[in-house]
Amino acid sequence: MPADSTVTDERVREETVLARLMKRPELGAIAGLILVTIFFLFTANASMFTLSGIMNFLTPAAQLGILAIGASLLMIGGEFDLSIGSMVAFAGMIFGALVVNLGLPLIVAIPGTLIFAGMMGVVNGQLVIRTGLPSFIVTLAFLFILRGLSLVGLKYLTGGSTQLRGVRDAVGDDWLAPFFSGDAFTGLFAKLAEWGWIDTFKSGAPKVPGVPVEILWFIGIALFATWILLRTPAGNWIFAAGGDKNAASNSGVPVNRVKTTLFIVTACCAALVAIMTVIDAGSTDARRGFQKEFEAIIAAVIGGSLLTGGYGSAIGAFFGSIIFGMVVIGLTYTSIDQDWFQVFLGGMLLLAVIFNNVIRKRVTGER
Amino acid sequence: MEIETAFHHGAVAADAKPILEMRGIKKHFGNVIALAGVSFDIRPGECHCLLGDNGAGKSTFIKTMSGVHKPTEGEILFEDKPMNFSSPRDAMEAGIATVFQDLAMIPLMSVTRNFFMGREPTKGAGPFKRFDVKQANEVCVEEMRNMGINLRGPDQAVGTLSGGERQTVAIARAVYFGAKVLILDEPTSALGVRQTSNVLATIDKVRKQGVGVVFISHNVRHAMAVGDRFTVLNRGKTLGTATRGEITPNELQDLMAGGQEMAQLEGSLGGTI
Repeated sequence: MPADSTVTDERVREETVLARLMKRPELGAIAGLILVTIFFLFTANASMFTLSGIMNFLTPAAQLGILAIGASLLMIGGEFDLSIGSMVAFAGMIFGALVVNLGLPLIVAIPGTLIFAGMMGVVNGQLVIRTGLPSFIVTLAFLFILRGLSLVGLKYLTGGSTQLRGVRDAVGDDWLAPFFSGDAFTGLFAKLAEWGWIDTFKSGAPKVPGVPVEILWFIGIALFATWILLRTPAGNWIFAAGGDKNAASNSGVPVNRVKTTLFIVTACCAALVAIMTVIDAGSTDARRGFQKEFEAIIAAVIGGSLLTGGYGSAIGAFFGSIIFGMVVIGLTYTSIDQDWFQVFLGGMLLLAVIFNNVIRKRVTGER
Repeated sequence: MEIETAFHHGAVAADAKPILEMRGIKKHFGNVIALAGVSFDIRPGECHCLLGDNGAGKSTFIKTMSGVHKPTEGEILFEDKPMNFSSPRDAMEAGIATVFQDLAMIPLMSVTRNFFMGREPTKGAGPFKRFDVKQANEVCVEEMRNMGINLRGPDQAVGTLSGGERQTVAIARAVYFGAKVLILDEPTSALGVRQTSNVLATIDKVRKQGVGVVFISHNVRHAMAVGDRFTVLNRGKTLGTATRGEITPNELQDLMAGGQEMAQLEGSLGGTI
């Protein structure tokens, strides 16, 4: 090789900071979040951005976000799961049955529910891998199967109703309950109210009693998933499995194991959301999680995950979900008809997909 | 006899012991005889070119060498021990690395992530075991620099590299992970002139590090530029092995095409192929 080959190629321009940023998958979601925030700063009632307003839109964002992070990991791994919404209902039913009908304590019921959900994840994963069919079709089938099973199962358990009540009584003051429902840091918030740092009611009690636990789960899962993706061999395997299955397995990546695990993780994320919402509401319903699969995939796509796999980020799905929560709740703070929400959502998805496509071309250097 | 070219520096000790020896390899697929007794060997630090036209059995032969196929008959000696590879993984662990034409590279992933795909260096223990990104980046940039490629950064996506550079990443990866025999499946077939020279230069570098390179090609000029020995396959048989300097490009070309008809064809085309 001629010696000049080690000299910097003069045809490559120095990359600007902007160009480098453009290559981060989560950039679109962060930019979107800024835009949406600016929009609501101008149109919404000022109370939206008080502490209680923020908790208000972060709570639905967190519930969706836990699903979306699971969905984004699976999408990066090159597969889809359309059954997560139905899985929320199904896992909710299992959890309700374990707690109410069998009277089990949470320390048994919660792992039991997660194991059940995980097994459904294994079924999904193995079907996709063994048949070689697109996961889109296989999980679409499970969207209906699980929803139907939830309806039939709930009617069987309750003797005719599609709603199972009495979870609150059954859970009672189980020591595990505070980890899955209610608010955290109530003591701290009471102190903050005492010092006058946060808004209080006339009685002196803080308007926001604490941070809803699902928000903490949401942040925790987002950080954990990001760490896995960027800083562990498993993360590299997820990107590789989604980028090119053959290349990955030729290089020694256990592609099938990675994909099955991702299906399990997605199902368990759905089960976790089910457990939290069921304890919070005190009942479970066969309609729970309706259409959540689409919302979760939209949040993941807004977060920069490519539909074709191999690219994306968990932190992007995190911001995508916050955008989602902000719009759903934010519109109630404005004079805009709330039903614009769906229009907005579709528009956002379209923009995100177009934007992601441009990014992908930049990253791969296609012209 | 020694000929120095841009891509060939210094000859191999001719009496070096072969690392890998294939004797009388036969491979049948049903009633199709893909290989009818092929013998081939590769010594450390040499580039042995395997030439042949389409359908000559090159692919079957290298797949046998890399453990994808089992030979129907014949024996494989690796470092003087008879070997029986049951999977490409076995062959890889023994030190036989193959760079197939698809390169096993993922365009959306960074060079480092591709380089260490499936073999990530880790630090920490137990639940805190993690991908040592810093070390991986350093190793990757260093290895690529040794091969003459200056990366913009270790996070540069493989998709932004040229075909020749990707080939070089694949070769560097195989060598870094301890390949003793490196099989390159038509590494120059889809490349431009400049990129081809880069890859040929890389082959020369790897050869000098003592790796035995098996260079599969149907381009005689590419083979002549870097090869030490040349074996021609035709219709599942070896037509003999020639040493560098013993054979002319035209003779090789004729052997590949099976002699006679080619001579006639070439005549009618005015010797342009």
